[in-house]
Amino acid sequence: MDRGLLLEIYRDMLLIRRFEEVAHRCYTEGLISGFLHLYTGQEGVAVGAISAARPTDYIVATYREHGHYLARTRDPKSAMAELFGRASGCSKGRGGSMHFFDLARRFMGGHAIVGGHVPLAAGVAFASKYRAEPDVTLCFFGDGTANMGAFHEGLCLASLWKLPVVFICENNLYAMGTPLYKTLAVEDVSTRALGYPMARETINGDDALEVRESVGRALRRAREEGLPTLVEAKTYRFRGHSISDPAKYRSKEELEFWKKRDPILTLAERIYTLGMADEAQLKEMELEVRREIDEAVEFARNSPLPDEKTLHDYVYAGSGEETAGGGT
Amino acid sequence: MRQIAYREALREAMSEEMARDERVYLMGEEVGAYQGAYKVTQGMLEQFGEKRVVDTPIAECGFAGVGIGSAMVGLRPIIEFMTLNFSLVAFDQLINNAAKLRLMSGGQITLPIVFRGPGGGAHQLGAQHSQCTEPFYCYTPGLKVVMPATPRDAKGLLKSAIRDENPVVFIESEVLYGFKGEVPEEEYTIPLGVAEVVRPGKDLTIVAWSKMQHLVKLVLPELEKQGIDAEVIDPRTLRPLDEDAILASVRKTSRLLIVEEGWPYGGVGAQIAYLVQRNAFDYLDAPVERVTSEDVPMPYAANLEKAALPSVEKVFAAVNRLLGR
Repeated sequence: MDRGLLLEIYRDMLLIRRFEEVAHRCYTEGLISGFLHLYTGQEGVAVGAISAARPTDYIVATYREHGHYLARTRDPKSAMAELFGRASGCSKGRGGSMHFFDLARRFMGGHAIVGGHVPLAAGVAFASKYRAEPDVTLCFFGDGTANMGAFHEGLCLASLWKLPVVFICENNLYAMGTPLYKTLAVEDVSTRALGYPMARETINGDDALEVRESVGRALRRAREEGLPTLVEAKTYRFRGHSISDPAKYRSKEELEFWKKRDPILTLAERIYTLGMADEAQLKEMELEVRREIDEAVEFARNSPLPDEKTLHDYVYAGSGEETAGGGT
Repeated sequence: MRQIAYREALREAMSEEMARDERVYLMGEEVGAYQGAYKVTQGMLEQFGEKRVVDTPIAECGFAGVGIGSAMVGLRPIIEFMTLNFSLVAFDQLINNAAKLRLMSGGQITLPIVFRGPGGGAHQLGAQHSQCTEPFYCYTPGLKVVMPATPRDAKGLLKSAIRDENPVVFIESEVLYGFKGEVPEEEYTIPLGVAEVVRPGKDLTIVAWSKMQHLVKLVLPELEKQGIDAEVIDPRTLRPLDEDAILASVRKTSRLLIVEEGWPYGGVGAQIAYLVQRNAFDYLDAPVERVTSEDVPMPYAANLEKAALPSVEKVFAAVNRLLGR
């Protein structure tokens, strides 16, 4: 195992964890509004998967996408500014928590209708194949998505047309507040792949390295054979579905059980065991990450709001922009 | 000038644009091997091959989404819905994705995509196959909506829609596919958002689009006989709407009749009536009139269907009300 890579993965996960904690605090202070779906506890999936991809591979994600955005961009400033609704945000304050975009870094959005982005991911992959480009699309979603028609149609077409896409289900055991056994007639979401058919793996999503290996295999399958894969990463959300959800449907014992599998703590243990860093070194990294997030908050706080004169921008591209309005 | 059918005009537009730009491709149910459910795409598979003429399963949400995803990264898809009724299965893709991606991304995403197919009723197709979807799409900022009435407009507007950088819902008509009209041999386009004064007149303005243009044509000889000089306007694009053309006409004639195939409640004509009373109130000599379908899902029986649709009689009645006769 490469020491630099291992520490990089650890740091990326830490960055997401601290970002989400601070976002939570800013929300309670009234600095952020709207919906806020925190990624806390699931960091192993985004970081493991995206570390396996090339920077030119596309990412399409859901409304719980802060982690994936940070794993790809390592840019907490543009993310925090977006949460603050500022012009310097990654979507210029038009998107908010659920709609982070960075096309230059091939982060193709946070999408907030469950399942609706799965065909989009297949479409991005369709374009790669159409142009004979080597890029693969990573599509993230939760277990709740596995019951949506759009999910099935997306997988159906990806399999039929042999599209280079990796579907990554982050199974955190709850579709919002409803436990899996009430929403899924199967034990593993990955069995959904059988009917199309497509390759599938069910893995421990709390182990970033296992995720990296599994997604690495899927990426190779997509890039070299042009075949899609459904990867199911079992994980757990430490917070409620969104910030307004106290998650009373889960027992304290259950939460404690999963917190023992905390992907960051378990990776730290592994780093110590392998002798790749000591506690002081990780502590130093922790302080550095905290400073970075503090700077992101300062950046967001000091950034200007979007100019109200630009309200009608970004509705239509090109010369039709002004004439396409809904009338006076 | 040569005469070709509406469906041939659409095919020429697509074939010319596909020959011109490698990024343009066609996708939908039965567009390839079957040669098109309404034969609009006849011969295109042979001309362009399976890579660019893509037959799909019956999965409108899926393939509309694939089209949008591919446009997000620079392709220029033409997505054919067998009828616009089936676009409702993909409604989430059109409304929540196609229309909003540009804004949600702060202008990073440009989405050049055309969704096309026949809308409205035909002959006794029943409630689920006989509805006008244009109000759903016109309501949504981020989309453009085009509804050509003639082969010439169909070709020129479809070429512009394919070249447009925005999502365009292009609504044709089953009963117009066989309609023949003059179409120039040479290359041309017709800009989106520009209405046509089909017949100049001074006594009243009639605004109608798609099939309803042809209904209005049936009324004109009798109106002429009665000495009524109607100005007929075809907006051709419903969003963006050529408001200036309609307002200029109403300021001249002082009377407005809108004929539309859709339902009355919240229809496109309701928006046009609002615009006119807001911007040309002092010019109006009578309340704005609308002829629409009746406020009922389309029944099957021939006589009931006829009763539900706009008709020559209903147009005459509305004209008489407008003229205070």
